[in-house]
Amino acid sequence: MAESAYTRDSAASRDEDHVLLDDVSMAYGDRPVFENLSFGFPRGKISVVLGGSGSGKTTILKLIGGLVRPDTGRVVVEGDDVTRMKERELYVVREKLGMMFQGGALLDSMTVFDNVAFPLRERSRRNKHEIADKVHNRLRSVGLHDVDDLLPSELSGGMVKRVALARALILDPVIVLIDEPFSGLDPVTVKLIEALFVKINRESGMTMILSSHHIPTTMRMADNVIMILQGDAIRGTPRELARSRDARIRRFLTEEVAEEDVLERVDQLQVEAGPSGRSGG
Amino acid sequence: MRNSTTRDFIVGLFVLAGLGAIAYLSLSVGGIANPGKGGIALYATFDDIANLRPRAPVELAGVTVGQVTGITLNDSYRARVDFVMDPRIALPVDSSASIVTAGLLGDRYILLQAGAEDAFLQEGEEIAYTESALVLERMVGKFLVNVEDDPK
Amino acid sequence: MIEAVAFVGRKALAFVEHLGRIALFTTRCVATALRPPFRFHRLVEELYKLGVLSLVIITVSGVAVGMVLALQGYNTLVRFGSEEALGAVVGLSLVRELGPVLTALLTTGRAGSATAAEIGTMVATQQLDGLRMMSVDPMDYVVRPKAMAMTLVMPMLGALFTTAAIFGAYLVGVALMGIDGGTYMTSLEDAIDFRNDVAGSLLKTLLFGGIVGLVATYRGYTCAPTSEGVSSATTSTVVIASVTVLIADYFFTALWGV
Repeated sequence: MAESAYTRDSAASRDEDHVLLDDVSMAYGDRPVFENLSFGFPRGKISVVLGGSGSGKTTILKLIGGLVRPDTGRVVVEGDDVTRMKERELYVVREKLGMMFQGGALLDSMTVFDNVAFPLRERSRRNKHEIADKVHNRLRSVGLHDVDDLLPSELSGGMVKRVALARALILDPVIVLIDEPFSGLDPVTVKLIEALFVKINRESGMTMILSSHHIPTTMRMADNVIMILQGDAIRGTPRELARSRDARIRRFLTEEVAEEDVLERVDQLQVEAGPSGRSGG
Repeated sequence: MRNSTTRDFIVGLFVLAGLGAIAYLSLSVGGIANPGKGGIALYATFDDIANLRPRAPVELAGVTVGQVTGITLNDSYRARVDFVMDPRIALPVDSSASIVTAGLLGDRYILLQAGAEDAFLQEGEEIAYTESALVLERMVGKFLVNVEDDPK
Repeated sequence: MIEAVAFVGRKALAFVEHLGRIALFTTRCVATALRPPFRFHRLVEELYKLGVLSLVIITVSGVAVGMVLALQGYNTLVRFGSEEALGAVVGLSLVRELGPVLTALLTTGRAGSATAAEIGTMVATQQLDGLRMMSVDPMDYVVRPKAMAMTLVMPMLGALFTTAAIFGAYLVGVALMGIDGGTYMTSLEDAIDFRNDVAGSLLKTLLFGGIVGLVATYRGYTCAPTSEGVSSATTSTVVIASVTVLIADYFFTALWGV
């Protein structure tokens, strides 16, 4: 990887890229989201698609999963072009993927156990004991115990995300797609989830692709960052981006950080003011 | 939590209740219980059957003994009514059939009257004596004509 | 002026496009229904949600409707001295029309709107996308069991409604108005014929069940992933399904009577 400030990729793909977007453009109606994007995600690494709200980062995950199709370009997952596939073929590709949705997307009429066991029951031929073992192991690996019989509505936000992660990992996928995992979480849980991601990546070597607007965690845990700025994709390691001279990048990183600080400040003020809720001095 | 066996059981009960209701409506109320279970087919011809319909009952002395199976026109422009009758009943060859109305607003049905002969009608034979349906308009017309002819 | 005509044209095109989408949806649904895995477990679950949970409203309404029918019927028939025909009047109106149609409308309101809301919420919370990412077709897992259950449940609910109504009419006619119970039942049974009346009634309920099932699942499936989207899907389900049922009732009755 180059030592220069940042790298902007063209259609040249790298050999270690597990997932590749090639000349992809998308527009919702008249509104273009991005145009002619080309970049790849390296195998076995944690990649973060970083951008503000509405920048299209969730769309990129959906493109990889085949949930939406681009207006132009190709999306290559493990060598297969998913933009050309029919629904039935996509189902085969998705068996190698796991996706953790922003709200969890757990089936709300089922218990935690049934939710995590669902892919096993659908896709594999295991007996009840094997399923129970796998499910409990997975739940334990994300730090959850004794939650089998709870319904998703009975879980806290952080627990929902962890169950969703367990479900995404249950079939031991090679690529995990994670949509905005840190949104709506308190700082303690954020650190916990971040630690889980790193641990799972180190232990299993899964390619993890996250979409996020949370800068601190990105800078800490990502091996590879794709920054979406005004419809352009800028690729680099966290260090490269932090050292960048590009004004847009600097503004993005510092502005977002500043916003982060403000929010934490507001939290602190409210804590000081006490449960009456009235803002203090 | 939600016990799947209990729920399956309740659904089973529901289905049984539903099917039971359907059966009740079909069998008891709808009277699907087998007419034409090996009945003898007979027929009769009428000048006017009014609005007699297929599946109308055939009665003898007020008891339902059969059902109309078909209504067609024969070559001499009269209505031929085919019906099946309970095979246990022996109908004398000089029996008659007439078309009557059940009540003021009711549907038409066939009323049989047993004759006195010793010979009995066999499968596929015709009832010779028939009386057509009474059509209200014709009766009124006849009545009016009679009144005119009869100077008081 | 041109604007107005263009507007009509646009609306017409949108309508045709909509019909096309519904037709495609229906074809996909039927195609899925004929393919394994058949997911009986899901079907049973939906039979419970749509059928068993509708029992209360169906039976209570049935009895109530029967009672009203008997009351009205008696008051009218007594003027012609034909009160023994009450059984026939009540039975025929229920079996032929009121049973299937009222059951369909009541079920639309209860189970149909619940179905649309449930599927709509699943769209809004990305549960359907979640299923797709787990290589499970939402048409197979969610839509098909619900649509099939609705179709199968309707004849049973219809028969239960009609039976409850006959009973309700019996209560009023016999216990209240003093008609002889035997006369009531005989008049009822004589007037109703299986082939003309009951069979047609059952087929109608099957048809209505299919209509409600398809409309409810379609509206839920295609709803916008917002809370207004879910709410609009729910209300439009009730409206569209009810109107379609009533129109289908006319055509079915007209054709069946042939």
